[in-house]
Amino acid sequence: MREERTEMSKDDDRSPPLDLRGADIAESSSKTRNCVTGSGHVTGLNPMEFQAPYPDQVLENVLENVLQFLTSRRDRNAASLVCKSWCRVEALTRSELFIGNCYSVSPRRATARFSRVRAVAIKGRPRFADFNLMPPEWGAHFAPWVAALGSAYPWLEKVYLKRMSVTDEDLKHLAEYFPYFKELVLVCCDGFGTRGLAVIAKKCRQLRVLDLIESEVAESDMDWIGEFPESGITCLESLIFDCVESPINFEALERLVIRSPSLKKLRLNRFVSIGQLYRLMVRAPQLTHLGTGSFSLAEGVAHSDQEPDYESAFAACKSLVCLSGFRDIAPDYLSAIYAVCANLTSLNLSYANINAEQLKTVIFHCHKLQTFWVLDSICDEGLQAAAATCKDLRELRVFPIDAREDSEGPVSDVGLQAISEGCRKLQSILYFCQHMTNAAVVAMSNNCPDLEVFRLCIMGRHRPDHVTGEPMDEGFGAIVKNCKKLTRLAVSGLLTDQAFSYIGTYGKLVRTLSVAFAGDSDRGLKYVLEGCPRLQKLEIRDSPFGDDALRSGLHHYYNMRFLWMSSCRLSPQGCREIARALPHLVVEVIRDEGEVIRGECEEHIDDPFDILYMYRSLEGPRDDAPNFVTILH
Amino acid sequence: MERSVSYGGNDLNLEATELRLGLPGSDEHEKQSSPSARTSNKRASPEVAEESSSLSNSNVSDARNGDQDSAPPAKAQVVGWPPIRSYRRNSFQQKKTEADGAGMYVKVSMDGAPYLRKVDLKVYKSYPELLKALENMFKLTIGEYSEREGYNGSDFAPTYEDKDGDWMLVGDVPWDMFISTCKRLRIMKGSEARGLGSL
Repeated sequence: MREERTEMSKDDDRSPPLDLRGADIAESSSKTRNCVTGSGHVTGLNPMEFQAPYPDQVLENVLENVLQFLTSRRDRNAASLVCKSWCRVEALTRSELFIGNCYSVSPRRATARFSRVRAVAIKGRPRFADFNLMPPEWGAHFAPWVAALGSAYPWLEKVYLKRMSVTDEDLKHLAEYFPYFKELVLVCCDGFGTRGLAVIAKKCRQLRVLDLIESEVAESDMDWIGEFPESGITCLESLIFDCVESPINFEALERLVIRSPSLKKLRLNRFVSIGQLYRLMVRAPQLTHLGTGSFSLAEGVAHSDQEPDYESAFAACKSLVCLSGFRDIAPDYLSAIYAVCANLTSLNLSYANINAEQLKTVIFHCHKLQTFWVLDSICDEGLQAAAATCKDLRELRVFPIDAREDSEGPVSDVGLQAISEGCRKLQSILYFCQHMTNAAVVAMSNNCPDLEVFRLCIMGRHRPDHVTGEPMDEGFGAIVKNCKKLTRLAVSGLLTDQAFSYIGTYGKLVRTLSVAFAGDSDRGLKYVLEGCPRLQKLEIRDSPFGDDALRSGLHHYYNMRFLWMSSCRLSPQGCREIARALPHLVVEVIRDEGEVIRGECEEHIDDPFDILYMYRSLEGPRDDAPNFVTILH
Repeated sequence: MERSVSYGGNDLNLEATELRLGLPGSDEHEKQSSPSARTSNKRASPEVAEESSSLSNSNVSDARNGDQDSAPPAKAQVVGWPPIRSYRRNSFQQKKTEADGAGMYVKVSMDGAPYLRKVDLKVYKSYPELLKALENMFKLTIGEYSEREGYNGSDFAPTYEDKDGDWMLVGDVPWDMFISTCKRLRIMKGSEARGLGSL
């Protein structure tokens, strides 16, 4: 098991901004200890060289000058393993810190090892928490981090958080502790509101980036946009607030945009009407990324002949490459964007309820499109149109307008087949549908060899191939077999253990696997745990995998970021076995809030539970677990 | 002793308090190839499948286990499935109800008129528009609204029945609130109408 830990477990998530690549401390946890103690686990140089009476200082200076050029966190992790000296110097030169699981390492330990960090990225809750599978208040609090970062890195410039609970207090501290603060990116976070944003706007005078992405922002009557400094040029480059579900002070926003000549990315929320959008666009023709807000008229405003010339406003934005928004689209206005379509590399229509005809008018211009997010309201026909035009497409996401198991399903295997034939360079796909066939999935596996991410969600649980009645095993089997670069996979539909056998046999690069309502027996999970050496993140729900299967992963759990299993066949006893076998694994058992009325969890440690969530950690059980979480030992 | 996970007992009638996305009473049966699903032997035995369905995070009576219930059960929505984040789900819930059917027609009665009319409230964006339409429809004058005096100077007063069944004067609440609570309209006439002005 020790040998496997020295292997660099690749850590990847597509969403962090490209400029925030740090190192995952938890992955190099054993290496930390090795570096510090200089034990026999050190690889590389002969230990005797430590003690040679050589000018270490010169060597270290040279090292420092060289290592500072290493940006990839995987390279840095590798470098830190060479010897004690390299470990120390690497720690000194690492400026971007990436924590994949906020509980895998304590803020104190992280800041103690890395002393010169300028950018921090932290991820918290497990992804399945996004779908209400877990009571809120589970944890992932930013507070202890902001306190530690505040004392360790007063020069901190960038903070990226994903699935963390951030309070207004925390934001206030951010603004207070870091006078050079430049970038705040909050993805899928919650716990804060417009009050917190107001403090950031007001106090962070060097703010370049304020990006709120898919986060829940509590409403208050605080006019946070109005808190940006009223006079002087700002250095704002990116302002993204399309997820904010409350109105904003538009006049203040307009003034802000006028004073922000460096602004390149602006994504408005749905409380900005198309008329207001126009006013902003004419002030900021230099935009490269635009989120259009509602893209319809304000309440109570009627169509008139005196409407602004939206077409020319778009045409003036010659640098526009990324378009999103359309939160409340009045489809008549869609023609306004034609002028920019030819330059677009990214188009997000996933809030726009438009049909195939309406889409066609737009998509036929989008020859350069690489990223396309859309609603299934466009039907298979719309997808065929996209396939015919967007030859450079790399990422496609098709969301359901009616997210229920038994709704109509306007897209199907037909659309998937068309995409596979038209978009040969496809790397990533997320596809929600009601009906699918193995044939279409196999076709995609053959036509799109560059696929790295394949996430198919057949919304009806246990649904087989709708033409042959067969399970979807062969389709997913073909994906893992033919797509040699596949790192992320989400399966659905009727699946037997055979599907998992394929995954275990061929999915050698798979890092993230998502399973729901699939499999027949423990063997399914065993295939995966025994067969996929790169597996990092495994999330399973409602599948018949039990303790026996869980045991088969013992050799691998320290290499993983986490394992989530909910509504499977696990017992508290089985989970406790794992906890005892692996002392550095935190094994959390989560019960629905309604079941925890009774008091002390210790007494009820053998009660049935809903969710198993376990992850490696240097710190042992966390001290902020709510009462519905029991940590087994 | 290996105990399998269960949701906390099958004796809790969770179905009764379950949140559904469909209309109450709608029994949308699974449309696609359930026959082939039933005949497929790849699924675990019904006994096991039943257990696995109670393992899921809500009480879904698996439509394929026909022997559980006599009537084909509606496919109840399972928590967190499909995996769409709630903000995305919600933004289309709203839109669906707005775009539902052909507008928002309510009956309009006028005292003394032989038959009722219907108007589509969606067509209007404000009270003046609605009142003007009513004036045209019934060939009368309703007059100006004032908070203090209602529709003074007119023989007619527009009223509506709200969700609670109370008769309210048109114009008191914001327009959006009005169209979401208005069940029907009634144009009151004569002394009854004038009486409102002196309340």
